[in-house]
Amino acid sequence: MSSTTTLTEVHWFFACKTDDVPLNGGVCVKYKEEQIALFHFSRREEWYATQNMCPHKHQMALSRGMIGTQNGEPKVACPFHKKTFSLEDGRCLSDDAECSLKTYPVKIEEDRVYIGFYGGFDKLSLTSV
Amino acid sequence: MKVVVIGNGMVGYKFCEKLVAKFEPGTYSLTVFGEEPRPAYDRVHLSEFFSGKSAVDLLMAPANWYADNNITLHTGDPVKEINREQKTILSHKGLIVDYDYLVLATGSAAFVPPIPGVDKKGVFLYRTIEDLEMMTAHASKAKRGAVIGGGLLGLEAAKAMIDLGVTDTHVIEFAPRLMPRQIDDSGSKILQSKLETLGLTIFTNKNTSCITGDESITGMQFSDGTSIDVDMLVISAGIKPRDELAKAAGLETGPRGGIVVNEKMQTTDETIFAIGECALFNSMIYGLVAPGYEMAEVVVATLSAAEKAFSGFDMSTKLKLIGVDVASFGDPFVPATDCRTVVFEDTMKGVYKRINISTDGKYLLGGVLIGDAAAYNMLLQTTKNKVALPENPEDILLGSRGGDAPQGAGVAGLPADAVICSCEGITKGAICTAVEAGNETLDSVKKCTKAATCCGGCAPMVKDIITYTLKSQGKYIRNVVCEHFNYSRQELYDLIRIKKIKSYDDVLDELGHGDGCEVCKPVVASILASLWNEMILVKGNDTAQDSNDRYLANIQKGGTYSVVPRIPGGEITPEKLIVIGEVAKKYNLYTKITGGQRIDLFGAHVSDLPAIWEELIAAGFESGHAYGKALRTVKSCVGSTWCRFGLHDSVSFAIQIEERYRGLRAPHKIKSAVSGCIRECAEAQSKDFGIIATERGWNLYVGGNGGSKPQHAILLAADLDNETCIKYIDRFLMFYIKTADPLTRTATWLNKLEGGMDYLRNVVINDSLGINAELEAEMQSLVDNYKCEWKEVVDNPELRKRFNHFVNAPEEKDPSIQFEMMRDQKKAAGWG
Repeated sequence: MSSTTTLTEVHWFFACKTDDVPLNGGVCVKYKEEQIALFHFSRREEWYATQNMCPHKHQMALSRGMIGTQNGEPKVACPFHKKTFSLEDGRCLSDDAECSLKTYPVKIEEDRVYIGFYGGFDKLSLTSV
Repeated sequence: MKVVVIGNGMVGYKFCEKLVAKFEPGTYSLTVFGEEPRPAYDRVHLSEFFSGKSAVDLLMAPANWYADNNITLHTGDPVKEINREQKTILSHKGLIVDYDYLVLATGSAAFVPPIPGVDKKGVFLYRTIEDLEMMTAHASKAKRGAVIGGGLLGLEAAKAMIDLGVTDTHVIEFAPRLMPRQIDDSGSKILQSKLETLGLTIFTNKNTSCITGDESITGMQFSDGTSIDVDMLVISAGIKPRDELAKAAGLETGPRGGIVVNEKMQTTDETIFAIGECALFNSMIYGLVAPGYEMAEVVVATLSAAEKAFSGFDMSTKLKLIGVDVASFGDPFVPATDCRTVVFEDTMKGVYKRINISTDGKYLLGGVLIGDAAAYNMLLQTTKNKVALPENPEDILLGSRGGDAPQGAGVAGLPADAVICSCEGITKGAICTAVEAGNETLDSVKKCTKAATCCGGCAPMVKDIITYTLKSQGKYIRNVVCEHFNYSRQELYDLIRIKKIKSYDDVLDELGHGDGCEVCKPVVASILASLWNEMILVKGNDTAQDSNDRYLANIQKGGTYSVVPRIPGGEITPEKLIVIGEVAKKYNLYTKITGGQRIDLFGAHVSDLPAIWEELIAAGFESGHAYGKALRTVKSCVGSTWCRFGLHDSVSFAIQIEERYRGLRAPHKIKSAVSGCIRECAEAQSKDFGIIATERGWNLYVGGNGGSKPQHAILLAADLDNETCIKYIDRFLMFYIKTADPLTRTATWLNKLEGGMDYLRNVVINDSLGINAELEAEMQSLVDNYKCEWKEVVDNPELRKRFNHFVNAPEEKDPSIQFEMMRDQKKAAGWG
């Protein structure tokens, strides 16, 4: 990938239909060679996307995690060891960990879900933090 | 009033905090000089730097705290000179600041023994964050490490080395034993053998004569002629007070270092104070944080013209060294002629406890705890407050054996002025007052009183005092589920039952607030299943299930799942065995016999699960619920059908019981077993409920547990017929399901149940609560509602769809999953 790609250019990738995603749950989306966790927080009418890999033990599992809130902030808990991460900015909310998730914008058009990738940036989600 | 503080360590910081709290803003100016590049940080928890804490996490207060409180902080600028005539100081960078009062909080430096070669590369001190950063950089290349010094800090440093991946680490102690200042000979031996089992190599009575190597360290030689090869060394052989500035200013210092102070912490110049590890009081250096804080308090009091004197400090400590509890309190070394000692030693488990009791048997003088220091806070308080000992003083060490709990034990027996948090000097009375004022959680008591905010060692005791205070106010102590539900599990269970709610979202709408979380979701989902026994993946409850329940399989390392078909009682036909083998071959699964007489198939891709189960179900299998907080397996011995000792047919009874309770969801997993005679081959007494054949029927045991805290089940009733036995199990299980806290096994539940076994027996046998008919009816309705949930998924295309890995590429498997081969089968690749 060229390092000169502008960082601000958003490329919207069609992920799936809205009803492919369970209410208040997640699915895993394949984007090129990457795995993205897509969440429909239907109680809040919100959509989020993060990397699917939990940075703690490098497992492709976050899309299967439970979502919820902590003091009103939306979060996901990894099924493996219950580390929790903010869905808003990807930072780790479990106090004993020091790692964060890459997050992506999501937009809904009709019943279609799109995930936004910034040119030249999306490779980061496969590398550990 | 102009105050200058030299030194911005923990004690220097605490002085600022206390001064700011005491004086009105504008009545003083406060200037602080620190030598290190960053503001004061928590040196006590320095080793947490290796377990992921950052330098910022360790800060005592953020950098802007100083500015916000009008404190001028100069970091990275050590003071060079004190001019007592002019009352000014000169900093390294050339600042001249005048003072009315000067506080020396210069701390201490690591003592480096004069061994040839200490300046080689790969030799480190263990003192500052910079030391740790340099160690981290070097450790990645190091293979074998050593630590000089088997004291408290030395052992911490050894742990740091292990954390850094240098697992082959040696500890070299000059004295004949580890931690010679804190613990006695026998305790030290136990500690040493325990640390050795954890992989450390320990040498005592060893004197390092030189460090070998050219530029970098390659080995160490000892005065006894032996040597070892190492490529990393940490020196932690003690501390020396930083008194050079005071000495140059003509203040009196001790012959072995330390700035001499009086009981007001004044040096020989009454406008100059010294506090913390640089101060020498009564010929003693206090190398702990708590006395340093107390000294800071004394100086602030003196500046505000209050009367407060330092009168020495208790040097009791408790810490966890590489997972081993070590504590010493009061006077651990009272000579045998001046006290009576009680010693408990268990070399198997690596536990050593010693208490020293006054010769009249009335008071506790001190002691040592290795391997299990749970009683530390209580013993320390008993020592410090001269609480009268029970009639049999050994009870406080061993617990009372038979009869009632010892009198006078527990937080209730402590006087109000007992200091509970010695770091912050918070008394029991202050904590009780805070609780009475409405601070009813540990967090709010911490905020309100500062208790348990420093080393945190007193937190369990603070919790006990909160509970004790609430109880004495007649308040009901509730264990609420999480921030979304202000109810305990038991209350939620009752409310959901009365309101007949069937989905997680409806429960949250009607009884909770906010949007839920990973704590309350599985709790509510489990309650719903325990109440109604409906398919757990419908009504939107799928995403409220814990991940294993959501996929009806156990997630394993690497992200694949394991499959466990039910094999009731462990009995299986050859035909069904062949089916399991064929399925395992077809889907390339690793097979292993479980501890519960079943067969576990590992390494299944999530998208293969429905197809695997379709084949298993066609052959007559059903879900084993190995993924659920539910009945797992009822193990059996072969019983009277084959065994020449068997009294009854344990296999048939086990199958009957397993089929009755299959799919039953509970606060935690439930295991059972049936043994056909007293030889107990099915190990029924280690189960949540276990049944053993007798000449006259069955003995029913409950509350047993294997796992990390094994516990034998207790006899509930003897010589029962099949029907009565099942009736009692129905009642026992339902009573447990209705009242236990989340994730509490029956053993823990029974241990906590007020009245214990006698109470339980009264409820389920004598019907003391009059609920048995209800319990039996509820269980019967769950039994009647049972369906195999895997069969429902297999038959339902919408549910099957949820088992794909990629939503937009359903036919593809997770490409990141990798296996390795071992003994002709696959295994998951290591953690990434």
